[in-house]
Amino acid sequence: MYGGGTELSLLEKSLGLSKGNKYSAQGERQIPVLQTNNGPSLTGLTTIAAHLVKQANKEYLLGSTAEEKAIVQQWLEYGVTRVDGHSSKNDIHTLLKDLNSYLEDKVYLTGYNFTLADILLYYGLHRFIVDLTVQEKEKYLNVSHWFCHIQHYPGIRQHLSSVVFIKNRLYTNSH
Amino acid sequence: MRLFVSEGAPGSLPVLAAAGRARGRAELLISTVGPEDCVVPFLTRPKVPVLQLDSGNYLFSTSAICRYFFLLSGWEQDDLTNQWLEWEATELQPALSAALYYLVVQGKKGDDVLGSVRRALTHIDHSLRRQNCPFLAGETESLADIVLWGALYPLLQDPAYLPEELSALHSWFQTLSTQEPCQRAAETVLKQQGVLALRPYLQKQPQPSPPEGRAVTNEPEEEELATLSEEEIAMAVTAWEKGLESLPPLRPQQNPVLPVAGERNVLITSALPYVNNVPHLGNIIGCVLSADVFARYSRLRQWNTLYLCGTDEYGTATETKAMEEGLTPQEICDKYHIIHADIYRWFNISFDVFGRTTTPQQTKITQDIFQRLLARGFVLQDTVEQLRCERCARFLADRFVEGVCPFCGFEEARGDQCDKCGKLINAVELKKPQCKVCRSCPVVKSSQHLFLDLPKLEKRLEEWLGKTLPGSDWTPNARFIIRSWLRDGLKPRCITRDLKWGTPVPLEGFEDKVFYVWFDATIGYLSITANYTDQWERWWKNPEQVDLYQFMAKDNVPFHGLVFPCSALGAEDNYTLVSHLIATEYLNYEDGKFSKSRGVGVFGDMAQDTGIPADIWRFYLLYIRPEGQDSAFSWTDMLLKNNSELLNNLGNFINRAGMFVSKFFGGYVPEMVLTPDDQRLLAHVTLELRRYHQLLEKVRIRDALRSMLTISRHGNQYIQVNEPWKRIKGSEADRQRAGTVTGLAVNIAALLSVMLQPYMPTVSATIQAQLQLPPPACSILLTNFLCTLPAGHQIGTVSPLFQKLENDQIESLRQRFGGGQLEETLDLKAKMSPKPAVAETGTTAAPQQIQALMDEVTKQGNIVRELKAQKADKNQVAAEVAKLLDLKKQLAVAEGKPPEVPKGKKKK
Repeated sequence: MYGGGTELSLLEKSLGLSKGNKYSAQGERQIPVLQTNNGPSLTGLTTIAAHLVKQANKEYLLGSTAEEKAIVQQWLEYGVTRVDGHSSKNDIHTLLKDLNSYLEDKVYLTGYNFTLADILLYYGLHRFIVDLTVQEKEKYLNVSHWFCHIQHYPGIRQHLSSVVFIKNRLYTNSH
Repeated sequence: MRLFVSEGAPGSLPVLAAAGRARGRAELLISTVGPEDCVVPFLTRPKVPVLQLDSGNYLFSTSAICRYFFLLSGWEQDDLTNQWLEWEATELQPALSAALYYLVVQGKKGDDVLGSVRRALTHIDHSLRRQNCPFLAGETESLADIVLWGALYPLLQDPAYLPEELSALHSWFQTLSTQEPCQRAAETVLKQQGVLALRPYLQKQPQPSPPEGRAVTNEPEEEELATLSEEEIAMAVTAWEKGLESLPPLRPQQNPVLPVAGERNVLITSALPYVNNVPHLGNIIGCVLSADVFARYSRLRQWNTLYLCGTDEYGTATETKAMEEGLTPQEICDKYHIIHADIYRWFNISFDVFGRTTTPQQTKITQDIFQRLLARGFVLQDTVEQLRCERCARFLADRFVEGVCPFCGFEEARGDQCDKCGKLINAVELKKPQCKVCRSCPVVKSSQHLFLDLPKLEKRLEEWLGKTLPGSDWTPNARFIIRSWLRDGLKPRCITRDLKWGTPVPLEGFEDKVFYVWFDATIGYLSITANYTDQWERWWKNPEQVDLYQFMAKDNVPFHGLVFPCSALGAEDNYTLVSHLIATEYLNYEDGKFSKSRGVGVFGDMAQDTGIPADIWRFYLLYIRPEGQDSAFSWTDMLLKNNSELLNNLGNFINRAGMFVSKFFGGYVPEMVLTPDDQRLLAHVTLELRRYHQLLEKVRIRDALRSMLTISRHGNQYIQVNEPWKRIKGSEADRQRAGTVTGLAVNIAALLSVMLQPYMPTVSATIQAQLQLPPPACSILLTNFLCTLPAGHQIGTVSPLFQKLENDQIESLRQRFGGGQLEETLDLKAKMSPKPAVAETGTTAAPQQIQALMDEVTKQGNIVRELKAQKADKNQVAAEVAKLLDLKKQLAVAEGKPPEVPKGKKKK
């Protein structure tokens, strides 16, 4: 996992939560912990993220049908287990390859609805996408489309750098 | 929708158990695919189970599939379930896949498997306990329970991997396992084959990387800072204000210490060190020092405590040593008993008795137990084939034979036990046996011997364990060792030996024999007590009133947890049996093992020559006590812990608190007016004090040490934030504040001095003298934090407690003890060796000569293998083996390798 505190602060702002929670970090992997006002603390990036979504009364971001809810959680889990602070380049490329083929016929991770899964995966992948070459971005064309789409979604990107994608393809053989 | 599963894929368990939830809401087809079939078109790596939904979407995460089934049944998502599922995916799964892979694919056992998941299992147990609910997310079984149960079932269905002390986990797991959907899922997936049913699947998986850096670690686990309730704070303040009044009167010193009806009577033993070996740091922390901390703690609690130990003196090793030194065995024992006693005195070990096993009482009690066993039909007679070294003209004790372990192939197995796999060995079963003294190959001779009929006693033992283990503080490794012995079935165990130096066997035809030390060494505790008081039976035949704690390293567990209890149960004389068996793991030295022969490591008698005080040794050894896992002694770490924890944290706090009283308040404790912040600090200290008690009651010595360090960290922070040295120069209110802070701090220092007593008795006494702590407060530790230094109390002269360890000092010690004595030892061996060739260890022979020798070794090795395969006459095999060994020795010499240095002994 990758810290988590930063993602959560970004998420809070994108959800319009004003208060700004403080997160402590637990263990060598710095898992975020949130001390809630009325109850026990919550541990874990996706757990806290889902909690914040409910706090902001934006439950639709967790999916509306049983199927969508399960898919959102599946991709949250995918992010938190696979996009790791210690992920090797190889792992990330396998992940991008899989994600690229998954997004072939989709606008968002659940298909047609923007959800928490898109937000967190966008935050998690940002530092890897920034480093991709133009050729790689073309290779993972569907990921690039999706990523570009999410970074332009109102209120999501915030202080993160905007990644440039070139509209015209340069490497015609690469796909 | 269609569910894809694969034979032996562990993920099928929770999915099938949860599938029932969706029944009637959607049609579910199940297809079985191969472990390497790619069901999900967009995933590179194969993944099962997978659920293909009617929309065409795929769910490839096990938890997501289970979640979907639950969602279909109308269940709603909640934070706690999310948290458990996230934990399962990020923490439990990595640990569990490693454990299952070790177990199923690599055939590892025991702690090698359990080690990687223990932390996760403990986490579940603690959570269940804390929330006080039968299920993970509340009163009823839910998604989190099914997902975690399914993940854990393959491992935990084998009781050997479900630690009994995790009782909350235990009952949660049992409850779920007996429910119908779970039961059916388990039958479908494991097919009554247990965890091995997973093999076809797991074999095809890449080896999981083990959870990071947890194998050998000296670092504590992270703790969350507790939140305090108003009530807790109020109670801490009330207790504090009562002060010295709440201390009970000191119990008078008795001599001899005897059990008292109606009191807690604690009998503590430390494994008896073998007399002719100077103990190394690992031995010291494993038994005598650990037991000492507990004994001192037990006295601080005012429990009626007897702590005993002594030297184990009988056996061949003593006879051999006597021959070497030209003394009688008795003289050897007398000489080394004193060496041992001196070492333990230097380490400040607070034995009530430090005795020895070569006494008339030992003979009397051992023979009595034997007669009772004989009369009750628990002793068998049989002919034994035994190894005899013709060159040394004597039967070889087990420890004097080395060879290849018949179970695991480890090359330096001892004749009684293999250090690698821990199995007990019959010396004659060793492959390639060698006499440890002269290195020649012993021959097998037969002799009549007596056996303890353990199979006949097994049922009694199990009954007793069934009563004793639940709720007791047996360490997990001890439970595990005993369980695996029982699972393999007990075998009759030989209790006599062809020796002179031992307890005589009182039976006709056995006049030339003595009892095997493993039969009578554990009886040593009884005879040592009998030499201390003629009323010894009030301790040892009094199981109703006495709580027996036995400390040892884990290799000693079978004899204390199994062999002695069997003898005692068979003797039917109402013996006190071990209530809490406390076994440590191993302590390594730097990155290897302690080795007397190689001169590696620090031995008891050398510790005093380092110039480092005994209390510092005690502190560091206890800080790295191999509690729950192996740990390692490291010079650099010792320097670090001394300079950071002792000097900068603990010493700094206690010294500052005392100095402020002397410098700002003329040596008198000032008035304290507690603010809400001070009260919170009181409550935090109380909480940490309670943890210390809880941990020490469970004999978690290393963890309790952390509690003290946490308190002094709180204290340092408190001083730092409140800055009494500035406020003392301020307004009246500021001066009062400085007084309160100083007074509270010096009282925390007083509390620490008492908590420190079991760990660092000398330092504790020094602090108490500096603070002039009233006598009853020095020797009693309650569960509340009291004001023991009230306003107006005059303290003594304060001075620093610890010294900095310097890098160059530590570096020179490392060089001195890091195997530096190696050459000296080899020199000595070379001089003693009959063959002059062996002395030329430094020179290397010509390559062609080495090659020729290597060829000969290979050739001879083949001859031996062939003979063994043909089951040839033993003597003939032995003769050929001797030739082979001789060739190997020559080869080693030719290659310039020291012939006697054991190889591959590095233990991770």
